[in-house]
Amino acid sequence: MGNGVLVFAEQSEGKFRKVAIEAVSEGKRLADKLGTELNAAVIGTGVQDIAAALGAYGATKVYVVDDPALKEYTPEGYAKALARIVNDTQPGILLMGCTSTGRDLGPRVAARLATGIAPDCAALDVNDDGKLVMTRPMFAGRAIAKVVCPDSTPQMASIRPNVFAAAAPEEGKTAEVVKSDAEISPDELRALVKEVIKSAGAAIDLTEAQVIVSGGRGMGGAENFKILEELAEALGAAVGASRAAVDAGWRDHQNQVGQTGKTVAPVLYVACGISGAIQHLAGMKTSKVIVAVNKDPEAPIFKVADYGIVGDVFEVVPIMTEEARKLKAES
Amino acid sequence: MNIVVLVKQVPDTEAKIEVKPDTANIVTENITMVVNPYDEYAVEEALQIKEKLGEGEVTVVGLGPEKATEALRTCLAMGADKAVHLKDEAFDGSDSYATALALSKALEEIPYDLVLCGKQAVDDDNAAVAIELAELLGLPHVAVVTKIEISDDRTKAVCHREIEGASEVVETTLPAVITAQKGLNEPRYASLKGIMGAKRKPLDVKDAAGLGLSPEQVGAQGAKIKVVEMSPPPLRAAGKIVPGEPDEAARETIRLLREEAKVI
Repeated sequence: MGNGVLVFAEQSEGKFRKVAIEAVSEGKRLADKLGTELNAAVIGTGVQDIAAALGAYGATKVYVVDDPALKEYTPEGYAKALARIVNDTQPGILLMGCTSTGRDLGPRVAARLATGIAPDCAALDVNDDGKLVMTRPMFAGRAIAKVVCPDSTPQMASIRPNVFAAAAPEEGKTAEVVKSDAEISPDELRALVKEVIKSAGAAIDLTEAQVIVSGGRGMGGAENFKILEELAEALGAAVGASRAAVDAGWRDHQNQVGQTGKTVAPVLYVACGISGAIQHLAGMKTSKVIVAVNKDPEAPIFKVADYGIVGDVFEVVPIMTEEARKLKAES
Repeated sequence: MNIVVLVKQVPDTEAKIEVKPDTANIVTENITMVVNPYDEYAVEEALQIKEKLGEGEVTVVGLGPEKATEALRTCLAMGADKAVHLKDEAFDGSDSYATALALSKALEEIPYDLVLCGKQAVDDDNAAVAIELAELLGLPHVAVVTKIEISDDRTKAVCHREIEGASEVVETTLPAVITAQKGLNEPRYASLKGIMGAKRKPLDVKDAAGLGLSPEQVGAQGAKIKVVEMSPPPLRAAGKIVPGEPDEAARETIRLLREEAKVI
């Protein structure tokens, strides 16, 4: 049985993902509770230099696989690299962020190691037996499950972005960087990224955004999203959309919030012209604060909103923008 | 080109989910069960590939209780050629690993050039079985795909994979496991002719022993993840309708967000 907590700290273009820092922080909290060590794993190309900084968040060692073949995420390459580190260090727990990479890499590594993984965890803890207890949504959030991985190691979990707090970094504290060689030969990588096509309007990743302004059928048309973009700018927010707005062709599917879109957990979610269908709520109901603006006082969204405004979005939103801009100017 | 499609029967997304008291399970009586919506995209894609190439067989494979037969018949009605149902009480309590292991055994007996599946099942939302199956079969995989193009010589597939804020163009060798994201295609409805014809298409049932699996490898015993508790989601505290005319309410809301909720 293994010991120690290992966190796969995902980096993108030489910078750690926000959720990677959250995962390292949570890993440290669990390691302290277990009286064991927290280490991290970093994989990519040209990533040696960023690794030591994870020491500020509590990592003792950072195992780095720096390989030209691993610049872009590729399942077999990253799985081989991470499994190698796991086999060398035998952690009891392996964490990662539930990002597009984490959702892909996690199960691949879990199967390779013949162990269990619980994705998209909203809470983690250790029980009296020293086992990881993983809390995660099922049925698009209509039930919450607590699961354990009792008989195999490492116990694997991926964490939902924006839910776990990133620790305050301890200035000057660095981790020991340990080089790990995955011994990857290019022909063993059979699925490779040829090109990355960025989506329109993807400035702030919805799943990492602290504030989201979202529009639904009530917006009436693509051009009307301009007032939401203006509010978003005043609030430093990302712009989301309901399925109705995406299906109507007003916004890109990348911006869709809901069961068949993204699940988000921002500090503030402003729903404009969104009725609040179950499938939309599934994607945003764990937001800390919800504001709803809708002409229809019976709209289901008002049942989950902390603050509801019954009114015309075209009247209400520009005034909210004006007020938000005033606040911004004052600070 | 022979294609295997993995299919799961799940509760309808509109179904009210209730936790069975004192258990880590949900109430399943009176719940409408459907083909996992993401698996429908996979079935449709397989049928379109078959139609484009003018040859090959589409086999749908699913692990589930007796009722899951309906989901497999629906896929046969859509146009799949054969179905294989992994059905055994011994499979009860399977997690994604145990399910992937059982499926890997079933696939040893079915010739395939491509394995398609939905990106996740809308009950457990694990998004793990297909990827774990790829690992167990020693195949490459591409997940969350909105477009698939098979090369003329059928040795490769170019896929568009959805990641945060972008689409990755990924080329994979075949055979491979590819999982479907919404937008891959528009699944067809089964025609009446298809529904009638489905009754005559082969639907084989396999149990654990028949697949060469021992009791420790399957179901709750073979599962790496165990659910120890299930509960309804936390209720949000009731909110308030901000009073006043729309313009007053708008101003007041911003003020409340700053001073009361402290989120801006």
